[in-house]
Amino acid sequence: MKLTVADHPVFIYTGARPLERTRPAVVLVHGAGNDHSVWNHQARHLAHHGFAVIAPDLPGHGRSGGAPLPSIEALAQWLVALLDGLELERAALVGHSMGSLVALHAAAERPERVTRLVLVGSVAPMPVAEPLLDAARNAPDAARAMIDQWSFTPKSQLGASASPGLYLPNVNRQLMARQPGGVLANDLAACNAYVRGLEAAARVRCPTALLCAARDQMTPRHAVQPLCEALASAPGGARLIGIAAAGHAMMAEAPDAVTDSLRGFLSEKQ
Amino acid sequence: MSQAKTFQPETLALHAGQSPDASFGARAAPIYFTTSYVFPDCDHAAELFNLERPGHVYSRISNPTNAVLEERIAALEDGVGAIAVASGQAALHLAICTLMGAGGHIVASRALYGGSHNLLSYTLPRFGITTTFVDPCDADAWRTAVRPETRLFFGESLGNPGLDVLDIPTVAAIAHAQRVPLLVDATLVTPCLQRPLALGADLVLHSATKFLGGHGVAVGGLLVDGGRFDWDASGLFPTLTEPYDGFHGMDFAEESPITAFALRARREGLRDFGACLSPMNAFQILQGMETLPLRMRTHVANAQAVAEHLAAHPMVERVAYPGLATHPGHALAARLLPAGAGAVLSFDLKGARAAGRAFIEALRVFSHLANVGDAKSLVIHPASTTHFRMSAQDLASAGIGEGTVRLSVGLEHAGDLIDDLNRGLHAAGRIVEKG
Repeated sequence: MKLTVADHPVFIYTGARPLERTRPAVVLVHGAGNDHSVWNHQARHLAHHGFAVIAPDLPGHGRSGGAPLPSIEALAQWLVALLDGLELERAALVGHSMGSLVALHAAAERPERVTRLVLVGSVAPMPVAEPLLDAARNAPDAARAMIDQWSFTPKSQLGASASPGLYLPNVNRQLMARQPGGVLANDLAACNAYVRGLEAAARVRCPTALLCAARDQMTPRHAVQPLCEALASAPGGARLIGIAAAGHAMMAEAPDAVTDSLRGFLSEKQ
Repeated sequence: MSQAKTFQPETLALHAGQSPDASFGARAAPIYFTTSYVFPDCDHAAELFNLERPGHVYSRISNPTNAVLEERIAALEDGVGAIAVASGQAALHLAICTLMGAGGHIVASRALYGGSHNLLSYTLPRFGITTTFVDPCDADAWRTAVRPETRLFFGESLGNPGLDVLDIPTVAAIAHAQRVPLLVDATLVTPCLQRPLALGADLVLHSATKFLGGHGVAVGGLLVDGGRFDWDASGLFPTLTEPYDGFHGMDFAEESPITAFALRARREGLRDFGACLSPMNAFQILQGMETLPLRMRTHVANAQAVAEHLAAHPMVERVAYPGLATHPGHALAARLLPAGAGAVLSFDLKGARAAGRAFIEALRVFSHLANVGDAKSLVIHPASTTHFRMSAQDLASAGIGEGTVRLSVGLEHAGDLIDDLNRGLHAAGRIVEKG
């Protein structure tokens, strides 16, 4: 579906079902240089199992208009404006990588709007190595290749994907290449510059889960601990859910495990 | 984190698409001889059908052995995915029918494999899809053949059998200016000699029967989606950008902007046209692909030696092989096919049809048959076999004469091949001497 937010058109994938606002709403926020399609399996599943699914293309990404927003704070503000535009009072926020920081910041700033929070492939802060930032600005092909290498497990680098006939590293690389020039560099810079993650985490008051892939090299599991501890005020503390045999691109590499983890956590009675 | 390390073709040819079998650790790709797959429960079944979960339902749509082959060629071609089908012809048909219906128009090189020419020239017009054939080396011809209803450009990396070198960057640019994709038949080059997607093509097809398999025991085809063409931005492809009632109302480009083509080709094309590949054939083609990089090096070296020998022989009028400086596509081949111009070549014998017959019948190592890309050397006379349905005028425009002989140079010792050709040339010479 299409919507106008902050004067720009926004595309929202709703999981192949019309959006029913009476259902519990779940917003799926994609990561740097990506679009809604990284959530295909999860969005379709949740939409067909009781949820109102909102998987937007962030400004300047995919089918959405406008320029990419320059900071995590601005993206979080936009996310709340998206809920306003949809006339949704409350929603669960699920974010991947850069999208996890957006969801985290929105949950901290507007706790009354967020029912649950799921951070997929997340650390805070989320520093981006200078060679990658530099490549994203000046040699995007090289940047995309680096991200691919660090996002997929060695097994997936050689294929054997869960989705018959698709070579997932190339799908990811072409998805990044499809975005307008400068989007990836903008997004990575926004991740790198966001230093308020732990402070934001301390303000989260809704049930929160972190999905950590065992082979994630972009946001490695050993680096998740500070964020986990900072989320101490979330009811029961942050729930750490491991995703085996997957890397940072876990929605594609281990689609069923991510889908089942999301559905399980989002369906729990509060 | 300064430079990404990617796998080279030799590694991908052996490993891409497969990891050791999870149940028994089998190193080779198992042959999944099954038509269908047991659902753990009813919910899971429904979720598979609704694409909430990836997986296999029925082997006409997908099969684990075929999936290894599909991923392997996708990785080698730098594509996002591939569809394994029953033959190279099925791959061409699937590509066309995924992109257009009645009223659609194709601009194609006139130097095509005879089977492709048949499909485009005689069969598809019956279903309302027409083709304009152009000189593949004439950029203006590609440009001026475009009509409002054009939906595809199609050519072969090396035109069969004249060995015209397709200027993929130029033709792709013309296609893209018209908001249509370029499909390249890369059968004669394989990803070891050229990756058309990296040169600007959008889709690639292979008759896997040929060099990919290499052994000549299995017929199969592969269609690779490059994931680069923006179907939404083009606006000319409603099959990919509008809801399809036949599959959950799916808008394929909305579902996946990058794999929309592969998604529709599988979910509609394999489902409805049904030209699926047997997993046994997929396994056999995979066995061949393991040694593809090694084989292509020898194929190319032998072809170059044979071409040079023929070019210097008094019984030979003309040799068409882009590896020779006399070929009009030599400079382009040096740029687009730096590792070699393949292993198929054609030449014109002095003398008429009888000389050609004497030549072929004197050969002992070359096999006279209708195929290319076997590990064994092959020979054929196109005017009386693969291209016999073409008119004399069409033959001439495709660069085929009555005395044209096509060779597919195999992996035998180059000296033995040259001795065999000398035997044939000697026999042909005796016919000419007799007048």
